[in-house]
Amino acid sequence: MCCGSTRGTRNTSTGFADIDTPSSPPSWRPNADVAALIARGQLLADIREFFRRLDVLEVQTPVLMPDTVSEPMIDSIAVLGGGWLQTSPEYAMKRLLAAGAPAIYQLGPVFRAGERGRWHNPEFTLLEWYRPGFDDQQLMQELASLVDTLLGAAPYQQVRYGDLVARDLSGDAADLAYAQACAARPGRCFVTHFPRSQASLARLHADGETAARFELIVAGVEIANGYHENGDATQLRGRFTADNARRRGLGKTAINLDEAFLSANAHGIPSCAGVAVGVDRLLMLQQGARHIHEVLAFPALD
Amino acid sequence: MATYSTNEFKSGIKVMLEGDPCSILENEYVKPGKGQAFNRVKLRNLKTGRVWERTFKSGDSLDGADVMEAEMEYLYNDGEFYHFMKTDGSFEQFAASENLVADAKEWLREQDKFQVILWNDQPISIAAPNFVELEVVRCDPGLKGDTATGASKPATLSSGAVVRVPLFVNEGDVLRVDTRNKEYVNRVR
Repeated sequence: MCCGSTRGTRNTSTGFADIDTPSSPPSWRPNADVAALIARGQLLADIREFFRRLDVLEVQTPVLMPDTVSEPMIDSIAVLGGGWLQTSPEYAMKRLLAAGAPAIYQLGPVFRAGERGRWHNPEFTLLEWYRPGFDDQQLMQELASLVDTLLGAAPYQQVRYGDLVARDLSGDAADLAYAQACAARPGRCFVTHFPRSQASLARLHADGETAARFELIVAGVEIANGYHENGDATQLRGRFTADNARRRGLGKTAINLDEAFLSANAHGIPSCAGVAVGVDRLLMLQQGARHIHEVLAFPALD
Repeated sequence: MATYSTNEFKSGIKVMLEGDPCSILENEYVKPGKGQAFNRVKLRNLKTGRVWERTFKSGDSLDGADVMEAEMEYLYNDGEFYHFMKTDGSFEQFAASENLVADAKEWLREQDKFQVILWNDQPISIAAPNFVELEVVRCDPGLKGDTATGASKPATLSSGAVVRVPLFVNEGDVLRVDTRNKEYVNRVR
């Protein structure tokens, strides 16, 4: 079975008996078993050790910030009393880079409204790091080395987005074709050369048509998304404005542009590459978990 | 009837799809990080029994189907319709056409109980129990002492079904039979 457990039921694959009935109060028991808790602790320690050896600095930026992303297909959670739970620490970390921070990483919770399923929980753990002076290819190599450390060594393929999705597809049809192509892909695979329309915060390649954005797919699952970063404040403002136009078209509210982030770009962010990695999914793959709930102490229930 | 949004889809929910009532078997949420979210759904068409796979955009919804399952006793065949009665004490009766009982027909024996799926209060599917016990009404004489495996012969059961049975089975024996593959299980008496 694939879908989330409901209040009062337990995922029996974690080893806890299905002892609750819908009318009983919520169980106090964690969802992940003790072995999964230990595996998570070890994974976090291994990630920190990986970056300690590379002399990449761990930083902490707030989970709650006054602004959030305008990505049309990512919905942030607004906080009563003001501000937004962050969907990624990207903007805050880039402000640190603009202020002269060296190579930095962050490991912590992020939030995306409504994302629930076998590979999704509204709160999940993201690893994000930035390498001044790196381009996307160099960062892909470093990411592969991290994944080898955590999951064991394996070969990596590279395919272009255009090899997975027919050129004449766009919008939802393209997203669906992409999701299906990724799900069918065995092994470890970097998808590169995303179309300009999906550049997000990546700079464009010299062809002017494709973006220096990549995703890492492992065993059919999206594990990471990275960019050779675009630090052009004017271009970013244009992309965010386009995001908001699309959001309105979808009946969603527009998001106030993060002027502090745009100012940091105007001030100047060093040329760098950055990537965000889904830690829970890595843990699932490492532990052979069927559902993200198996690796979360307390998954978000319905 | 209620409508169900993709985020309410779960196993067992009955929905209308392309004019037919379906039961959701599986629902998987699929979303590229920065892309549109989808739900990949497996449904059983309750009229045909076929399994359909469909992908919906997350947030789409389907109408609910007024479907219920009931245990019913087979009463009789009037030459055109097969008559069943609810076993819940209501004595409510339903008539089912020949093609509706098609799969279960050769297992129908009066007073036996069947699972009937009702859609808008009309039977749309009648399933035989997985195992039935029926008397052999016709088969070649048994060979004493022959218990060799592999050898078999046809036997006609009281419901009309013909199944392969071991050589030692005789007319008048009561057999336990798996209706899903029409296989002999054992001799009950």
